[in-house]
Amino acid sequence: MTTRYTEDHEWITVDGDIATVGITAFAAGQLGDVVFVELPEVGRSLTKGDEFAVVESVKAASEVYAPVDGEITAINDALEGEPAKVNEDPSGDGWFVKIKLADASQLDGLMDEAAYNAHIA
Amino acid sequence: MTEILHKTPLHALHVELGGKMVPFAGYDMPVQYPLGIMGEHRHCREQAGLFDVSHMGQARYVGDEAALEALLTCDLSEIGAGEQKYTLLPNERGGIRDDLMVSRPDGNGIYLVVNAATKDADFAHIEAATAGKGTLTRIPERALLALQGPAARDVMTRLCPDACKMVFMQCGVFTLDGTEVLISRSGYTGEDGFEISIPEAEAERIARLLLAQDEVEAIGLGARDSLRLEAGLCLYGHDMDENRTAVEASLIWALGKTRRERGDFPGADVVARQIEEKTCQKRVGLTLAGAPAREGAEIADKSGKVIGVVTSGGFGPTVNGPVAMGYVDRDFFQPGTEVDILVRGKPRAATITKLPFVPANFYRG
Repeated sequence: MTTRYTEDHEWITVDGDIATVGITAFAAGQLGDVVFVELPEVGRSLTKGDEFAVVESVKAASEVYAPVDGEITAINDALEGEPAKVNEDPSGDGWFVKIKLADASQLDGLMDEAAYNAHIA
Repeated sequence: MTEILHKTPLHALHVELGGKMVPFAGYDMPVQYPLGIMGEHRHCREQAGLFDVSHMGQARYVGDEAALEALLTCDLSEIGAGEQKYTLLPNERGGIRDDLMVSRPDGNGIYLVVNAATKDADFAHIEAATAGKGTLTRIPERALLALQGPAARDVMTRLCPDACKMVFMQCGVFTLDGTEVLISRSGYTGEDGFEISIPEAEAERIARLLLAQDEVEAIGLGARDSLRLEAGLCLYGHDMDENRTAVEASLIWALGKTRRERGDFPGADVVARQIEEKTCQKRVGLTLAGAPAREGAEIADKSGKVIGVVTSGGFGPTVNGPVAMGYVDRDFFQPGTEVDILVRGKPRAATITKLPFVPANFYRG
């Protein structure tokens, strides 16, 4: 499995042709306490750059963008009752959606961990 | 173009404490500290929080009080020595130029505290209208700290016991750590607390002394906003402005009884007509589940017709859910009325809710 990162602080971990997407620990830390996550419908088609979720902290709402093209195959329903999972475990239990990749080559345009760490440094 | 931001006398302390600094009303202010908005909010409701509100405008007015009173909605003769009142500065249409505190902490005329974003306009307006009758002196060289929360009195019992003899909305001159300060028993969180006006050279020392008390944490603007929202208090420029009257803003209580009878404040005719006709929109509280409703979100009835707008909203950490204030049409004032708020275009069920969302915890003796 490979994990890639976007400049907008989404992470994407790929297993076969299914990718799991969430926001990074850095992004969660910047947002502060997450109080609500609005997730898309399963089955929705995404084009890279589409706004597909909204994270609400006490103070503000922030959009989350699709890192690649694809179709939503699952959403993390647990966030509805426990949005704080995004702060507690952003790269694990705090995942947002699973996407069936339309074009795996798009991953090549995203950052690896070292590049992302340099991006937020 | 980069805006040159003012700094309060506590700026270096905010940075040292790890405050996340943001521009607010022309000042570089801490929106939160490492504790975070949620933690700061809860700490203030349970213990005590220290807020730097030095960006607000402080001034003194000495002279013909009738000239000042004519601009306000309160009856200045009702404010005795050592008393403070919340009042409004209306325009000719009854709209609200600002909300402010007026008080008599000592024998030296009226002490005013106005909002940061409006202070220059307020003071220019007061100066122009009272020219030749009274003198308004701005006091930019004083810091203003707010110590808020149920443990604020414990802290002050140790540091300035005389101030604890005051009840809500009283004020006076006290000595705190050897420095003469003005203190009022008031604030903007819905909690018991004190607002302390300090000569700027002494402000950091006193702030550090207050922060050294076990009960006290530094609180940023983020939690200040969620605290005042839960307390049902208006944020100027959002929940009230030049285009909303005291009637619409549900602030009729801020109009002095004698002033209403005399009808002699700016826009009094508009206000009297609105009170009689009962047709205008009013500010109400709203609660909903799930997504917080933010400023600008439309409020609709159950048929989808837009009947109002959210003017401030977010997550209430003490309520432990989203809360909002907004203006709605008259058929929707009653607490318990079901409406929808359009959050990102999606209708979310909301209920008109009596303000405040969290019971006030003022010390009334």
